[in-house]
Amino acid sequence: MRNFKSISKGFFIHSTLIVVSLLSIFPFLWLLSTAMKGNTENIFQYPPVFFPEAPTLENFKGVWNQIPFMLYFFNSMVVAGFTVLLNLILSALAAYPLARMEFKGKKTVFYATLATIMIPFQAIMLPVYLIVLKLNMVDSVNSVMGYLGLILPFAVNAFGIFLMRQAFLAIPKEMEEAAFVDGCNVFQIWWKVLLPMVKPTLAVLAIFTFIGSWGEFLWPSIVLTKKALYTLPVGVNDLQGMFSANWRFIAAGSIISTIPILVFFIAMQRYFISGENDGAVKG
Amino acid sequence: MYKYYKKYVPYLFLLPAGVILVLFFFIPFFETIILSFFDYNSNIYNPMFVSLDNYLLLIKSPVFYKVLLNTFIYLFVAVPFLVIFPLIIAILINQKIKGITLYKILIYLPVIVSIVVAAIAFKWLYAQQGILNYVMALFHIPAVGWLTDPNVALYSVIIVTIWKGIGYYMMIYLSALMGVPKDLYEACDVDGADPVTKHLTVTLPHLMPTIGLVSTISSISAMKVFAEIYVMTKGGPLDSSKTIVYYIYERAFENLDLGVASAASVLLLVIVLVLSIINFVFFENKQYQL
Repeated sequence: MRNFKSISKGFFIHSTLIVVSLLSIFPFLWLLSTAMKGNTENIFQYPPVFFPEAPTLENFKGVWNQIPFMLYFFNSMVVAGFTVLLNLILSALAAYPLARMEFKGKKTVFYATLATIMIPFQAIMLPVYLIVLKLNMVDSVNSVMGYLGLILPFAVNAFGIFLMRQAFLAIPKEMEEAAFVDGCNVFQIWWKVLLPMVKPTLAVLAIFTFIGSWGEFLWPSIVLTKKALYTLPVGVNDLQGMFSANWRFIAAGSIISTIPILVFFIAMQRYFISGENDGAVKG
Repeated sequence: MYKYYKKYVPYLFLLPAGVILVLFFFIPFFETIILSFFDYNSNIYNPMFVSLDNYLLLIKSPVFYKVLLNTFIYLFVAVPFLVIFPLIIAILINQKIKGITLYKILIYLPVIVSIVVAAIAFKWLYAQQGILNYVMALFHIPAVGWLTDPNVALYSVIIVTIWKGIGYYMMIYLSALMGVPKDLYEACDVDGADPVTKHLTVTLPHLMPTIGLVSTISSISAMKVFAEIYVMTKGGPLDSSKTIVYYIYERAFENLDLGVASAASVLLLVIVLVLSIINFVFFENKQYQL
């Protein structure tokens, strides 16, 4: 009896999770299926056919030849790469005094930083755009300024600062004092003693900042005017306009654009699904 | 504490982040409020102070009324699903079963993939002659204009937001579930409680703070949706899927109506502020204490 119960319980759990998993990936699979159907196969066929009759890579080749995916990939790498680097450095710098030092105005700095968490970017994007314009950080000036305009508004945020501060708080104070006695100055203490001890937190911050920056769509679609600086999400959205009714190409292009982040996810999966990244929760 | 640094050192460490936060958070925050009192519509190079006119304009505008209604429908439909579904899935995954990692990876996948690709994938499912309408036909339901029917479009977009968020909130629940004391479940087993009673009496009370947290952060993200709408419907048909961020975007960057866009932004600020304060006071108060 007990055995029967646990088998039926297991069956229920697995079948539910299989259905949920399939629902999670089906939209992508259907896109992939469409991308692999040749010109002779009707993609609006009733009933729909999941496995292409004659699977082909023609659509991938076709869209690859018309869309500069490598350029979009490069732009996304530059933007996400520098955004991550700046977030790590600036968050770790600002978190150190907030966790470890006493200074005038600490309370004010702390609560002012906290307040920025409550300001949604979407509500202030217009003045941010005006400021970026005033600083000439747009792609019409040159590509370096264009990149700066994409990167700097997201160079640091309060989540990162508080995440690093929590990590520093967990380090025993004796570490710094010992390093000072050994002749380290305050910058060396930060760089050589504290930073190596918070590497796991830096990794979490890096990975989640990367994902956020890589998928960002609203801001680049506001500031970018030139295709030469398009990041992948903007480039992919552009597919719709270029191949209005050619769903084979739109599907193939969307799949191509997803490959880099998929590889990244599989390589870093333990950071995403280990369930130990409490602090990395973002609103 | 033993001071090993000079007085000015803390400020040096704070400076780089401070410059960014001032330039791209504080100044724009106050500028949004200031802009909302000016009229840019008549002459964009010579804005006029109009006090609360932009706000009055919004209140009287039937489109903005619709936008607010849509935004709150979005909130009240998406949030319950995003609070309950991921919780049930997390409880199921948290049982000692085979294949946990694979399930987690597959369910988390939509979180990782760009929202633009996700929206395109759903647009294809929603096509008039698409696969979803085929499934409907199997059940003898007439074809639905998923993105073209003004009564349906908003909900079609909401489905994408829910679908993309499940994995994310599931992981939050899973890390909270690890903190539920195992012996409580064992006690239930001894008493012969069935699984449903077990979770209602042990899991739920322990997860209340997490359920609250998921409610507030999913509400905040629901207030901020943009890409799904931009890619799938552009707010249409007939403004039926237009929510507040899309409205702000349209006013600011397509109509160059900076004053009205800013007035709507101030409203968004206030709503998110209230939600954030609820979140800080009740659910995330440990991490952010001096």
